[in-house]
Amino acid sequence: MTKSLILEERKDFIKFGFEKTGKTAIKCESNSVSGAVSQRACVYCGARVVLNPITDAFHIVHGPIGCASYTWDIRGSLTSGSDLYRNSFSTDLTEQDIVFGGEKKLSAAIDEVVKKHNPKVIFVYATCIVGVIGDDVEAVCRHAEKEHGTRVIPVKSPGFSGNKSYGYKMACNAILELLKPHNDIPKTHGVNILGDFNLAGEMWIIKNYLNEIGIPVISTITGDACYDNIIKAPSARLNLVQCAGSMTYLAKKMEEKMNIPFIKVSFFGIEDTTQSLIRIAEAIGTEENIRKAKQFTQSQTDRLIPMLEKYKSRLEGKKAAIYVGGGFKAISLIRQFNQMGIETVVVGTQTGKPEEYEIITNLVSENAVILDDANPAELEAFMKEKDADILVGGVKERPLAYKLGIAFCDHNHERKHALAGYEGVINFTKEINQSINSPVWDYIKQKTEF
Amino acid sequence: MLTMTPKEISERSSLRINPCKTCQPVGAMYAALGVHNCMPHSHGSQGCASYHRTFLSRHFKEPAMASTSSFTEGASVFGGGSNLRTGVKNVFDIYNPDIIAIHTTCLSETIGDDLTAFIQDMDIPEGKYVVHTNTPSYVGSHINGFYNMMSGFINYMAESTGKSNGKTAIFPGFVNPGDIRELKRILKLMKVPFTMFPDQSGIMDAPMTGNYSMYPKGGTTIPEIVGLGDCEKVLALGELTSEEPANILERKCKVPYSLMQLPIGIEATDKFVMELSQITNEEIPYELEEERGQLVDIILDAHFYFHDKKVAIFGDPDTVLGLTRLVLEMGMIPKYVLTGTPGEAFVKLANNLFEQYGVSDCIAKASGDLFELHQWIKNEKVDLLLGTSYGKQIAKAEDIPFVRAGFPILDRYAHSYSPILGYKGALRMVELIAGALMDKQDRDASDEEFEIVM
Repeated sequence: MTKSLILEERKDFIKFGFEKTGKTAIKCESNSVSGAVSQRACVYCGARVVLNPITDAFHIVHGPIGCASYTWDIRGSLTSGSDLYRNSFSTDLTEQDIVFGGEKKLSAAIDEVVKKHNPKVIFVYATCIVGVIGDDVEAVCRHAEKEHGTRVIPVKSPGFSGNKSYGYKMACNAILELLKPHNDIPKTHGVNILGDFNLAGEMWIIKNYLNEIGIPVISTITGDACYDNIIKAPSARLNLVQCAGSMTYLAKKMEEKMNIPFIKVSFFGIEDTTQSLIRIAEAIGTEENIRKAKQFTQSQTDRLIPMLEKYKSRLEGKKAAIYVGGGFKAISLIRQFNQMGIETVVVGTQTGKPEEYEIITNLVSENAVILDDANPAELEAFMKEKDADILVGGVKERPLAYKLGIAFCDHNHERKHALAGYEGVINFTKEINQSINSPVWDYIKQKTEF
Repeated sequence: MLTMTPKEISERSSLRINPCKTCQPVGAMYAALGVHNCMPHSHGSQGCASYHRTFLSRHFKEPAMASTSSFTEGASVFGGGSNLRTGVKNVFDIYNPDIIAIHTTCLSETIGDDLTAFIQDMDIPEGKYVVHTNTPSYVGSHINGFYNMMSGFINYMAESTGKSNGKTAIFPGFVNPGDIRELKRILKLMKVPFTMFPDQSGIMDAPMTGNYSMYPKGGTTIPEIVGLGDCEKVLALGELTSEEPANILERKCKVPYSLMQLPIGIEATDKFVMELSQITNEEIPYELEEERGQLVDIILDAHFYFHDKKVAIFGDPDTVLGLTRLVLEMGMIPKYVLTGTPGEAFVKLANNLFEQYGVSDCIAKASGDLFELHQWIKNEKVDLLLGTSYGKQIAKAEDIPFVRAGFPILDRYAHSYSPILGYKGALRMVELIAGALMDKQDRDASDEEFEIVM
C-alpha cells in the first residue's frame, strides 16, 4: 500500500536500512518534484535563517511584503545585546516598482535606515522577483556603502535560484564580504563557533563549556553575533563547524582566505558533546585543556547517567521518526535515541548530503526507511507502516504528527528550551518522555473503547 | 523592537518596518482550504508554499496542505508551463483531490505565465476541477488573495441553471473556523437555507481522531460551489473583503448581493440577524434575543471599566472595523485604528464610525505598519491594544494590556475555535477585554488597593 503512494520520480530518494551504500545510494541534493507537497523552503529562506541572528544588523528584505512577513522574528535566536534583528524591514514592492524597477526604492530605504539609525551593517536580501525584474542590488549596495560609509551587503537570494542549501551559501558569501577588510588581522588564541544560531540560548551553553575547558571563543557565527564581534573572526586559530549543512562552505573559504582550519562538531547528545569537546581541546589546546575537557565531560556524563536511567524504563522500546533540515543533526538524533533505548525507524532530511546519508544508513537498523526531501504523504505512510511513537521535526510536521496520534518534539526554530549540550540531553529526554507519555493519548478515540 | 522605536515621527516613503499585512498567496491558500477535497497549489518557488503552510499551521495549529510548482532557474526563464502540467498531474496521481486551486506568486506573475492558457491545455481527469486565480504578491495583501481565490472558484465553477435552489450564499470573509461555526449556528436558528463559501470549519479546526486525513470532513462542496449561481442572494460579509467575489457572481449568474459589515458587536450582528429574518420572514427566535440581552447585560455590568478607555486596534480591514464598532459600543475610544492592507475606503469607513459615535481625535490609517503604530502610542498612550500576535512586543514595551484578535495569532491556543462574530463572539471579546484591563489593575495595585471583589 505504501509503495503505491510513492511517485516514480521519488523512488530513488527513498531507501531502506538494508540497502547499503554504493550503487544503491540514496538520491539527494536535487530539486523537488513539481506538484509535491514539499517540506522544503527556498534560497531566500536559507540565507535569512543563517544571517538573521546577527543581532545589530538591519536586515532589509528587498521584495514584496510576504518574504519579510513570514520571516519576521521566527528564528528563536536569543540575544545578549541589540534586538534590532527582531524587527522586520522590507521595501514592500508594489506594482509600480515591478514595472519601473525597485532600485530607487531600495536606495531610498537604505537612506532612511542610515539617517535614522546609523547602523553598522545592513544586509539587503534580493528575493525572487528582484532577480526577475533585474534590479542591480549589488550596485545599489556598493553605492550606498560609499555614500554612507557603512557596510551595506547584498545577499543574492532569489527563491528560485536553487534550494535552501544554496541560500546558506549565499549567506556565507555575505559573511565573507563582511569579513573581507579584516581578513589579515593578526591571529589570537581562540576559536570561532560556526553554525550555532543560539536557539533557546544554546550558543551560551556551548560557550560556557569552552570556557570550562579554557578555550577562548573569538566570534560566534551567527548566534548572538554582533558586528564588532563578527569582524574579529579572521583572528581565530580554529573554526568549529556545528551546523555542517550551512557552514562547511564558510569554513572552507575561511581556511582558504584566512588560513583557519576547521573541525566539525556536534553538541547534540552526550556522546557527540563529549567527543566534540575533547576533540576541540586536542585540536587547539594544551595538555591542561585536554585534561580539563576529559574531566569536565566525565563529570557531566556521570551526572546525567542516573537521570537517563530513570527515564529509560518509560522510553525503552519506543520507535522514533526523524525529519529535520540537515543530515548532521539527524545523525546526532539517531545516536541520542539509541542511548535512550529508542529505535529510529524513519529518518529523513531536507538537505542531507551523500556522506551523511552513508553514516545514517550505517547507524539505523535494517528495517529503517531513509528519505530525502520527503513530503507529508510519504512521512505519513512510513510513520504508520513503521509504527513510530514520536516524530522529531519542525513546525509543519508538528500538526501532522499529532493528527496521526504520534508524539512530537520540535528540533527546529520553535524549540523553547535548549537541546544542545548536557543541559540539552536533559531537556530532550524530558520532552520526549512528556510527549510520548502524555495522558492525552488515552483519550484518542481510536485507542478508546466505547 | 522593544528599544528601537523612537517617539519622533519622521516621514518614511520606501521602508516598511514591522508590517501589518502579508502577501496575497497565503490568503488564496486559506480560501482554497475552505473547499472540500481541494488541494491548494502554489505556482512559484518552493519557499512560498513552505512559508504559507507554516504561517497557517502556526495560527491554526493544524496541518495546512498545499503543493508547489517548485520553480527553478529554468522555469523562471522559460516559463512555468511545464512545471504546472507535471505538478497538476502529480497532485491528482498522488494526493487525489477533487479540485486543485492554483494561485500565482510574484514570480510567476512577473514572468507572465498565462494560467488560463496552461489550464485549457491540460488533461483534467473526468469529474475533477482545476481552477486558478492571479495573486501577485506585490499588489494588496493576503485579504486580496483571499477574495481573489473565491473569485477564481466562482469564475470557473459557479453555474446558473435559471432555477433557484432557494439558498442564501454566505461569504463569511477572512475569519476563523470558530466564527464560521457561529455564523452557521445563527443561520440554523434563523432557519435560513444557506451555502457557506468558503468554509474552513471542520478543516482548520479538525478533531483529533487518531487518523490523519488530508481532506477532512468540512469545506464547501463542489455541488455547493457550482450551485452558488442558483442561490437566491448573497450576503457578502465584510465590506472590504467580500464585495469582489459577490460582484463577480452577480455579473456571471445574476445573483444579487447585500454587502454587509462583518457581524462583530451588537449593531452589526443586529443588522445581520435582521437581514436573515427578512429572507425567511420569520420571527427572531428567543434564543438569539436572549444572547443579545446577555451581551448588553455584561457590558452594562462592567461599563465603568470600559468607559472612555483608549484603544489601539490593528489587523485586517474588516476585522478592525468590526472591533472598532464593538469597542465604541462598549464606551471605549478607538484612538488608533490601523490596517496594513492598502485602500482608502478603510479610512473613510473608520472615520464614519468615529463620527457616528461622536468620538474625536482618533486616527485611522490604511497601508500602515506597526512601527508607526508604536510611535503613535509612544506619543499618546492607550489603555488597551487589540490585534494580532505581532502587537505583543509593543504591549510589553509600553506596558499596555493586550487582547489578541484577528490573523495571525501565533502564540495562543484554541483562539481559532472561539468566535469573535455574533453576540456570542462579542461576549467573548468583552470578557477578554475586561479580563486584560482588570489583570493590569490587579498587577499594578498596591496592597491597600488590592481587592478580591472588583
